[in-house]
This record gives sequence, structure tokens and C-alpha cells, in this order.
Amino acid sequence: MLDETDRKIIQATQAGLPLTPEPYQTIAEQLGLTADNVMMRLTAMQNSGIIRRIGAVPNHYKLGYRFNGMTVWNIPDEVIDELGQKVGQLEFVSHCYHRPRHLPEWPYNLFAMVHSKSQEGVDEQIQRIADLLSSYNQGCDVLYSSKILKKTGFRTST
Amino acid sequence: MLTTLHKQLLNDYQHDFPLSARPYRDIADALGVTEAEVLSAFTELNDNNFISRIGPVIPPNHIGVSALLAMSVPEQQLQTVADKISAYPEVNHNYEREHRLNLWFVVIAADAEHLRAVIEAIELDTSYPAMLLPMLDDFFIDLGFKLELNHD
Repeated sequence: MLDETDRKIIQATQAGLPLTPEPYQTIAEQLGLTADNVMMRLTAMQNSGIIRRIGAVPNHYKLGYRFNGMTVWNIPDEVIDELGQKVGQLEFVSHCYHRPRHLPEWPYNLFAMVHSKSQEGVDEQIQRIADLLSSYNQGCDVLYSSKILKKTGFRTST
Repeated sequence: MLTTLHKQLLNDYQHDFPLSARPYRDIADALGVTEAEVLSAFTELNDNNFISRIGPVIPPNHIGVSALLAMSVPEQQLQTVADKISAYPEVNHNYEREHRLNLWFVVIAADAEHLRAVIEAIELDTSYPAMLLPMLDDFFIDLGFKLELNHD
């Protein structure tokens, strides 16, 4: 479980670690802690899975990955865990979630975000997911973002 | 223009950023460059928005609760409705998408009750119903995203 100090450390690092030689020391000073304590708590949170990874967070769009699609699939519930894990492991998928259907207007229960430098690339990625799902694919759609209206605030990997 | 060092930092340090007193020096030692070179390369990546930050990535629903929501809004009202939604501090992503459900946003709240209250407030505020799509399962093993940077 997270305590108040863990939460403060998470909050203080969400905008990014300082680009100074001793970034954990800088964070520690802001919070009235020692650098060792900050590092120890970050290590513990990583080990327990509260932190998934610590590292550079690339801006895909700026790096040339201008074609991003939210692919959504209708998969039988009894195989969604097995197939979801396979889709989540594809190297071009950046997020992969099981979400509820809203019938009749929304039959899709598997979401996978794909990224490519070209439309053909995205089409190929969609085909690869379709091949993997094979006959369990009972319908799909792809939603392209036409505009990013907001992307700020607390950063998780959603 | 990305240098070899920029590309190494982008591809090799999406995870396992050192948890040590001098992490940039440790990266420099591993790559055979100086700490100052690593710091200035990261600063350039940051200033040019090639990275959004260096730091911990938290999976959804580990701190607070979040949900994806979708709305169908007539084109001529989309900007007004989107602005109202984006104004909520609990909204951290808001995208227009090419679909009948054309507005997609993520709400993050401290707990389930707070989340429900924010969604209700947004529905009242905008007069449009929001389709609630919480995450039931996360299938993604986040080891970073392999970037093809050879042609840049």
C-alpha cells in the first residue's frame, strides 16, 4: 500500500525527473526527505508494480509516428484474456485493454492502440491483429484521432 | 536532427532508468560518453518535445480510479463541449475521433465516488450522455515502444 510520502514522490515526479546531475536529491529536497529514501521508495513501488517502469517517455507523434489508430474488437468473453495478452504483446501496440460492451451501439470489448509512420503501416498492423484473432474476431472498427483537445494533468499510461 | 546518442537514449532508456545518486553519469558510463553529454542530449530531447518527460510510468487504476468515456456530439457544438470537458482537472486526455462517438476522454479521480460525481457533473454541464468504458483488464506488458529512428 502507498503511504502519503509515496504519493508525494509520485506527484513530484509526474512532470519529469529534473535534468540535473542528482535528480533524486532535488526531489528529496523539495519533499524534505533524503535521496536514499526517495530511491528506496521508488524501487519498492517498482517491485510491487505500482510503477510500471522508470524512463524516458517518448512523444510518438513528434518522432514521426503520425498515424495512430484506436482499434476496437468484438471478442467472445471466454477467450478475451488469452487473446488480449497476445495482442498486448505485439510490438506496435502501445495499450491493450478489456472494456465493457454497450449493446447494441457498442459491441467492442477489446481496445488496442496502434502507431505507425504511414497509413499503410496502420493498415498492415490492423491486418496482423485480425490474423491473430482469426475467427474469434466478430467485428472491429478503427477510430482515428482527428484532434488532440487535451493531453495533460496526471500522467498514467492510459 | 537526432544524433546517435539521442537515439540510444530514446530506445534504451524507456525503462530501467538508473535509481542511483548520479543516474545520468551511470548512463554516460554505460554508453561511453560524459555525464554532461547525456544531460544535454536529454535536455534537447525534452526541449524539442521528442520526449514528454523522464520519470515513473504508473499503470491505470493503481493510484486513484480512471475511466474512458465516449460522447456523441454534433459537429457544430463539439468545440464548446470539448472545452467544457477539458476544463475539469480530473480530465487528462480528450480526443476528437472520426466516429459517431466523436469525443473520447479519460477521467481520473481519487476514488469511485469522486469519479462518478465528476462524470455526472460533466453530463449535466454538457447535456450529453457519456458512455462509460472503464478498464476491466490491462493486457499490456509495458517494456517501452521500439522506435524505428534510422530514417530520421
